Amino acid sequence: MRGRAEQRGIDMPQFAQWVASLPISLWARQITWLVPMMQTLHILSIGAILSAVVMIDLRIWGVSRSLGLAERANRFLPWIWVALIVSTLTGIALMVGSPRSMRDAAFLAKVYMMAAATVLTIMLPFMLRWNSGYGQKDAGALANFVGTAAFLLWLGATFAGRGRWIAGLFGV
Amino acid sequence: MAFMGWVEKSWVAILVSQSTYGFSALDMFHVAAISVVFGMIAVLDLRLIGVAFKDDAVTDLSRQVLPWTWVAFAVAAVTGALMFTGQAVKYSGNFAFLTKLALMALAGANMLLFHFVTYRSVAKWDRGRAPLAGRIAGAISLLCWIAVVVYGRFTAYYMFP
Repeated sequence: MRGRAEQRGIDMPQFAQWVASLPISLWARQITWLVPMMQTLHILSIGAILSAVVMIDLRIWGVSRSLGLAERANRFLPWIWVALIVSTLTGIALMVGSPRSMRDAAFLAKVYMMAAATVLTIMLPFMLRWNSGYGQKDAGALANFVGTAAFLLWLGATFAGRGRWIAGLFGV
Repeated sequence: MAFMGWVEKSWVAILVSQSTYGFSALDMFHVAAISVVFGMIAVLDLRLIGVAFKDDAVTDLSRQVLPWTWVAFAVAAVTGALMFTGQAVKYSGNFAFLTKLALMALAGANMLLFHFVTYRSVAKWDRGRAPLAGRIAGAISLLCWIAVVVYGRFTAYYMFP
């Protein structure tokens, strides 16, 4: 992964500066408690996403066998979607209220990982149905991969969300 | 406070506060870890309160949730302690940070009480509704950990001077 914050024409420092110049951003930045409150809700919703993915994966990995694969996924997926909505809304609020945090490559890395993780998470219930059917059967290798990869990507996105040092390490 | 001054001068503290990426790296692992702690505890708490996962046995969920919770908590505790050493004096006088510690102590006490008293009768209510003490414990736990995240985030805003 390239450390420079420019990829395919997305100049992150410039984009961050543009967002910072918007009236709504100037307004948001005057409300002192806004950013920490949004960050708190952001972290809480991300915790919900991570734990829901872990719970589904535990069934895929065979640690838990109380429910069938598809049932287990259906039990926890709604939480992921709600949490995704909350984290997206708070995320947008944070982009507007704290544009400086978008300046480096870590933010782009987070967005890419989030996008990939979301795609895999959407695929998961279909994978489980196609790769193993209902009932108590085990997940096939592909469903296993999708479930595990989804978790790792969500975790990676969580790290990147806080990883502004990445930019410094790669010399941006 | 003199002890905190001494902590700040230890080689660990110097490493954390002087290295360019030390604090940021610790912070990165810390925030990810607490997300996991909160998320996993929330699963169990919601089950205890009775609003979710009612088809799952409490013992089953505990078995799945707790290992992750403990590992993540350990990461959060170690990274937190290391970050603390860098500015021990300031953190010791930080209202938000101190409240966070108090809330964690409360959550811990609540958890111990639940585990050693209420949980002993779990066989009777494993698949059904938790007793009132269990429901209350779940609610206290959930509220405590949400508050921990709130005060943890606000800690940075109370670092004076």
